Amino acid sequence: MATQSITININGEGRTAEIEDRLLLVHFIRDNNGLTGTHIGCDTTHCGACTVLLDGTAVKSCTVFAVQANGREVTTIEGMEGDALHPLQEGFMEEHGLQCGFCTPGMIMSSKHLLDKNPEPTEEEIRWGISGNLCRCTGYQNIVKAVQYASNKLQESTREGGE
Amino acid sequence: MIPGSFDYHAPSSLDEAIKLLDDLGDDAKILAGGHSLIPMMKLRLVEPVHLVDINGLSDLNYIKEDGGFLCIGAMTRESTLETSELIASKYPILKDTSQVIADPLVRNLATVGGNLAHGDPANDHPATMVALDAEIVVHGPVGMLTGGKRTIFVDDFFVGPLTTALEENEILTEIKVPTPEGKFGAAYQKLERKVGDYAIAGVAAAIQFDGDTCSKAGIGLTNVGPTPVRASEAQDALVGTTVSQEDADKAGELAAAASQPVGDHRGSEEYKRAMVRILTSRAIMQAKERAEGGN
Amino acid sequence: MSKCKTSAEVGGMGHSIKRKEDPRFIRGQGNYIDDVVRPGMVFMDIVRSPYAHAKIKSINTEKALAHPGVAAVITGETLKEYNLHMMPTLMSDTQMVLPVEKVCYQAQEVAAVVATDRYSAADGVELVEVEYEPLPVVTDPFKATDKDAPIIRDDKEGQESNHIFHWEAGDKEGTEEIFNNADVTVKQDIYLPRIHVASIETCGCVSEFDSVTGQLTVWMTTQAPHAIRTVLALVAGHVGLQEDKIRVIAPDIGGGFGGKVPVYPGYVIAIAGSVVTGLPIKWIEDRRENLQADSFARDYHMSCEIAADKNGTLNGLRIKTLADHGYADAAANPSKFPAGMFSICTGSYDFKNAFVEVDGVYTNKPPGGIAYRCSFRVTEAVHAIERMVDMVADEIGMDAADIRMNNFIPKDAFPYKSPMGWEYDSGDYHGALKLAKDKIGYDELLKEQAKKREKGELMGIGISSFTEVVGAGPSKDFDILGIKMFDSSEIRIHPTGKVIARFGTKSQGQGHETTYAQIIAEELGIPVADISVEEGDTDTAPYGLGTYASRSTPTAGAAGAMACRKIKDKSQKIAAHLLEVSEEDLEWEVGKFSVKGVPDKSVTIQEIAFAAYTNHPQGLEAGLEATHYYDPPNMTYPFGSYIAVVDVDRDTGEVKVRRFMAVDDCGNIINPMIVDGQIHGGLAQGVAPALYEEISYDDEGNITGGSFMEYLVPTAMEVPHFETDKTVTPSPHHPLGAKGVGESPTVGAPPAIANAVVDALSHLGVRHLDIPLTPEKVWRAIHKQDAA
Repeated sequence: MATQSITININGEGRTAEIEDRLLLVHFIRDNNGLTGTHIGCDTTHCGACTVLLDGTAVKSCTVFAVQANGREVTTIEGMEGDALHPLQEGFMEEHGLQCGFCTPGMIMSSKHLLDKNPEPTEEEIRWGISGNLCRCTGYQNIVKAVQYASNKLQESTREGGE
Repeated sequence: MIPGSFDYHAPSSLDEAIKLLDDLGDDAKILAGGHSLIPMMKLRLVEPVHLVDINGLSDLNYIKEDGGFLCIGAMTRESTLETSELIASKYPILKDTSQVIADPLVRNLATVGGNLAHGDPANDHPATMVALDAEIVVHGPVGMLTGGKRTIFVDDFFVGPLTTALEENEILTEIKVPTPEGKFGAAYQKLERKVGDYAIAGVAAAIQFDGDTCSKAGIGLTNVGPTPVRASEAQDALVGTTVSQEDADKAGELAAAASQPVGDHRGSEEYKRAMVRILTSRAIMQAKERAEGGN
Repeated sequence: MSKCKTSAEVGGMGHSIKRKEDPRFIRGQGNYIDDVVRPGMVFMDIVRSPYAHAKIKSINTEKALAHPGVAAVITGETLKEYNLHMMPTLMSDTQMVLPVEKVCYQAQEVAAVVATDRYSAADGVELVEVEYEPLPVVTDPFKATDKDAPIIRDDKEGQESNHIFHWEAGDKEGTEEIFNNADVTVKQDIYLPRIHVASIETCGCVSEFDSVTGQLTVWMTTQAPHAIRTVLALVAGHVGLQEDKIRVIAPDIGGGFGGKVPVYPGYVIAIAGSVVTGLPIKWIEDRRENLQADSFARDYHMSCEIAADKNGTLNGLRIKTLADHGYADAAANPSKFPAGMFSICTGSYDFKNAFVEVDGVYTNKPPGGIAYRCSFRVTEAVHAIERMVDMVADEIGMDAADIRMNNFIPKDAFPYKSPMGWEYDSGDYHGALKLAKDKIGYDELLKEQAKKREKGELMGIGISSFTEVVGAGPSKDFDILGIKMFDSSEIRIHPTGKVIARFGTKSQGQGHETTYAQIIAEELGIPVADISVEEGDTDTAPYGLGTYASRSTPTAGAAGAMACRKIKDKSQKIAAHLLEVSEEDLEWEVGKFSVKGVPDKSVTIQEIAFAAYTNHPQGLEAGLEATHYYDPPNMTYPFGSYIAVVDVDRDTGEVKVRRFMAVDDCGNIINPMIVDGQIHGGLAQGVAPALYEEISYDDEGNITGGSFMEYLVPTAMEVPHFETDKTVTPSPHHPLGAKGVGESPTVGAPPAIANAVVDALSHLGVRHLDIPLTPEKVWRAIHKQDAA
């Protein structure tokens, strides 16, 4: 059984462990590091509940080996709150964008990447942007509103910052 | 959900990667985007003893025009193709294709090279590359290949389901698409049951015009055969015509006849064949519209 | 909508209070089953049968046991030693925990591997060698009762066929007479295929047994923790488990929708394993296991007939149903209702008479039947009636809205007794449909459709005017395994005026931590921010039957209101004592008692709470709390009208839902934001079966739809934007006038879409199509007509 030592920077903190080559990144995050906000919802790379940012890019962490992330930066839902909640987290609460909450961390991480690339998406672009994340509770309607809330809030603070 | 054990290798150069593949033989598989391979490993449909991760070969990630060709590095991510301005303006068929591959998250890691090298006729790029008469550049051991590389015409690349002309110790490194000249248009149309699914059927059409007349046509079909299918008779039928709706419909009939769909949960043989006919006609008309300056 | 009685700060009924449960979820701090970690915990994974029906010749565990990390392999033989290899279903049938003789469905549990980590457990599963001898398979329910069909349940004494039950409701002879004298009869076979709810979180448990104290603690994805505890005590009493030493904890649950009600073999194996090994065992199923082995929904073959007069008056309804139950009846219906509430099928219409019969049969498929937000088969009933009403309209050339308006039970006819014996509490069906028509611009849509038809474009408008029946249920009619279907609330106010309230239900995303607090805020005037709500721990929560079938607000919500009223009564005594007046001199206004005519002389509920511990009147007990077990006097009947507009691509058969207007009436509303969220989610789970979802089996019992590759859960691109509105017709018997709403949209939406698609094609001669309306199915319907 092949193992090796890896270090992955998760939410700004280096995490080192001796792991099997076949360990999935999602298990490294959840089981080795106790960061259980990232969830597993399927086994065929469809549901997106496991979405994290890898060097700023949204990926399905169930379909990446932990060794591939060696030396790189991962951001999970636990890393979204700084001094205050991220506008996406706020938006999901304000707009009732979650019910059972299981898909929510993945949705937020996907939406983060979406807004990074496209700060003012239309409804259609939001739906397209989250089409790799499944939700069974909300029907997506309020998730769209949550992302729009965050987009507006981020644009506001960008405008204020510019003045 | 849990893959079998394997040994992981992460070469940092192309030569290192080729050497590893040469040494390890058929016990090894290449890990590029991983979004075809890793799901299969998690279902234990494949259990490679060794994985050779080529994500470290960052100099295989590029899109550029050179010597009359669009050259796409094999490690170019689908999301890069999807958002490239060069692609959107000059090669929109490639954007059509990349944006319907799986979902946005998969596209952040999936590579163009991988989409071809996996050899799955259900993948979308193969048909598009057929329509565009692409060339596939492959690197291998210097002892085996002159200068350590060879170029394979797309029609010779796909051999059978999940089987390509790649040897065990070769790596697909670049895809070359002829840069269009004059009046040219190309489009890819995919029918899928929902976003993220493989195609019920997909059709890529590329049309070269000489004035108002079609001088050359390329038509490739997705997921209706053991490999991507070149609808040669349909292509021939367009040459010399002005590509009217009637011409496009006729080509659609011929493409449908050329397809070899298998009935499955995505559709019966009859339905898939009918969809090839419809999508071929639509792809041809969209290609024509683009050639005339439209969208 | 009526004005709120309380201020936004208090947050009683009608306020869209932001959810109290959200702060942990948006931070990834939820506590779901796979987040539960216990010291010394080991992992279990399951070996499953590739065959749908096969004898087990041998199970060789040698290689698996030799694999590093594997601690044990549990088989049916292991469990048989403790007589735990079989268990009752919630429908009083029996099912295997692990097989000894044979397997009866593909993906059935055959053995379980226990290992130190999940990777070793998965490796162990690959190494268990099972030898099977395939047996003939029964997958067609129509053939299941053929004379030569193999008997699937030959383990059951006296079981001589694959027939499970025959159930009837209504008046057979009276209905037959109506049909014999009818101007118009319309007949149609309607099939609702098997589907799976596929919550994003799969099922799982962590079981921990303390052999010193005899205490069993099971964290489990269960919508009904108390019922599970009692079932465990009954099933495993003989191995020493007793109910005071069993604790079932339902943690945060990532979606239930009925799929987390049944007792799956995986739970029982893990529990048995933890007792036998003394180690805490975690079992989490993966998605394929979830789709292939867990409880499904629907699979009803309905032969429907309506008798009407030529003016479109609906007189008689007859439905004969064949119910495919899989290899055990594990549908978890109330025990007297093996076909659930199917007899609600006369719907919103004033039929003169009706008769239904349902036959359940065994097949070589996983057991289940009601695990997808269906209100105990109301989805089936409503789909049948709404499709049939459209067919009658089509037959006589009447508009689909008009035939409904002409046949609705009028508003003043409530309480209304249907020919099936249901007493509908209240309704205003005309109001809901009128509002839906107005909001969507029904008449303009008809004009647009006519214009499009001339150009050969296919556009359809579909209506569904459903009546739901929820809130199971009154003790005279309802029980599950004999346990009556009351529900409960236990509310305690602390000296500083803060509240802890526990309920017998269990939210899986419905927002009870917020809505129950709002009920208490409404009754007692205590701000929602000062109220903590807990559910799910059988050690602390009062006994209840759990959350499913939209029953929480009708039962536990009512219990909460009643408990509050007991507290209010006691508060009045304390207030009288504090203000030195008699109780009759006091009047209540949100949050305080004041002396009649002397408003300045008042005392707040917070002051009363403090006094309950520091200055209670002599002769009265200290403290300020109450428990109430609520036995609902009747079901509640939410209703609504939905209108869908679809465009159909003639060449590919693709259906696009262009607009969807949903008017719902769930009586008085606790939290409008949460109600809308329930409606959006339910509508999405109505669009899904209408257009995308299906599980099917070939003749060998091989499944199609056993992973997300084939089982098509819609993304944000497939689900349309929904337009919603409300009417409010309170329930006359519910303490808050509320009815429940969670399943209305899954009940109402599929027939609206089916009716719209058939409407789009009706001028081509298409009369009926079964869901899911896949592109190929629609394409065939179009082209068959074109060819004909």
